[in-house]
Amino acid sequence: MKRVVITGAGTINALAHDVKGTFEAFREGRSGITDLVIRDRDRLGIQIGGQVHDWDPETRFNRQQIALYDKFTQFTLLAAREAVAQSGLNFDGRLGYEAGVVLGTAAGGVNTWDENYRTVYEEGKNRVHPFVVPKLMNNAAASHLSVEFNLKGPAFTVATACASSNHAMGQAFHMIRSGMTQVMLTGGSESMLCFGGIKAWEGLRVMSRDACRPFSLNRNGMVQGEGAAVFVFEEYEHARQRGAEILAEVSGFAMTSDASDIVMPNKQGAARAISGALRDARLNGEEVGYINAHGTGTAANDKTECAAVADVFGHHADSLMISSTKSMHGHLIGGTGAVELLACIMALRDGVIAPTIGYEEPDPECALDVVPNTARDAKVDVVLSNAFAFGGLNAVLALRKV
Amino acid sequence: MDAVQDRVIRIIAEQALLDPADVTPQSTLEELGIDSLGLVESIFAIEEAFDISIPFNANDPSASNFDISSVGSITAAIEDLVAQKTA
Repeated sequence: MKRVVITGAGTINALAHDVKGTFEAFREGRSGITDLVIRDRDRLGIQIGGQVHDWDPETRFNRQQIALYDKFTQFTLLAAREAVAQSGLNFDGRLGYEAGVVLGTAAGGVNTWDENYRTVYEEGKNRVHPFVVPKLMNNAAASHLSVEFNLKGPAFTVATACASSNHAMGQAFHMIRSGMTQVMLTGGSESMLCFGGIKAWEGLRVMSRDACRPFSLNRNGMVQGEGAAVFVFEEYEHARQRGAEILAEVSGFAMTSDASDIVMPNKQGAARAISGALRDARLNGEEVGYINAHGTGTAANDKTECAAVADVFGHHADSLMISSTKSMHGHLIGGTGAVELLACIMALRDGVIAPTIGYEEPDPECALDVVPNTARDAKVDVVLSNAFAFGGLNAVLALRKV
Repeated sequence: MDAVQDRVIRIIAEQALLDPADVTPQSTLEELGIDSLGLVESIFAIEEAFDISIPFNANDPSASNFDISSVGSITAAIEDLVAQKTA
């Protein structure tokens, strides 16, 4: 089996339009959650989100491109450009045939659906722009990355709700590990902060009106975010021979299905995914120093997740750190695992653990070290990233320092 | 008053797949087999039926000031909301 390392990272999210700025926000424990700036906000019950501000696509893309790129594709391209630039790779020659892209998104071009439904239902028009379908399709971002970087191997999109990015990165990991490809661009993107996207979530009544406070006793729900993160996964020897800077090694991955409820989380399913990732990476639980939690800030997720961690790690659960950066960037739904992998890389590379901000009251059902409110300096060699999706689909990645 | 109660019972009975005659003001949602998803769906149906907005957050049902301990308490809360609407 080949080893897999990360040699590039890029992002745009509510905290910053790049990795450097996102790390700064993580270190400062800064929230990117604000009042939403969207059409018909006054008709929404939920009026906050982790929105990407100061975003002007016209400075990044030309008119023809904007006609084809939904916001989730724009975010993906921007993140991928940063990641590829950092890796120093060029796919124009032979490498293009040995490279691919797997991305996660829960819902793809939601803004495009929303705008065009308005056109035909609200405005009563009988004609839409010719590129509505290629713009909204879930694989649009993967295809545009393939086009922009000449990635001619496997390319597809994974949709497993809030675990989409972790499932996508797990697939990319497997492909390189098995020798199928040398390099994969992977990660995920989501852009659901439009009237219809938020209205749909309001219906479930699990959204907070004021803040995302994971693990805090007074938490009252999740806050949606938007954005993307993309990584360059590369076969270890390939990276080493060209002298690439290695950010971290992806050492294990596991996925499970609860096979129980369509929305309620399940401790056994989560625990099996966590212990499966440890087994796949040939790690002992005691080696894990940090877990980036799914930590949505809902009553149900946070207590189930803490119970699953306690089950898997036993006494060591009290020694490891577990934080939810959703408190800062919001829940990016299908893109969330990708942005959260940045906190894992920061922990391994910089020895800084991103905090869970908004933490106000201890919850006896979440009695772990959740790194409340302030980032912490700590040397960790092994980290996990959890994602537990609606539909009962769980995906956990294990990373280690190289 | 009974009109509101009858309509609430019909909505909850439909959600619980029961005959309305088997649902009383004393029934609790748990007894009727309504889980958290069923509750959210029932609240949606009640909001639509009475054209009201119910302040209910599934993360913390007790903090919502909307008492869901029994069919009777739900009915009383809805009567308040309907009265506020017409006031």
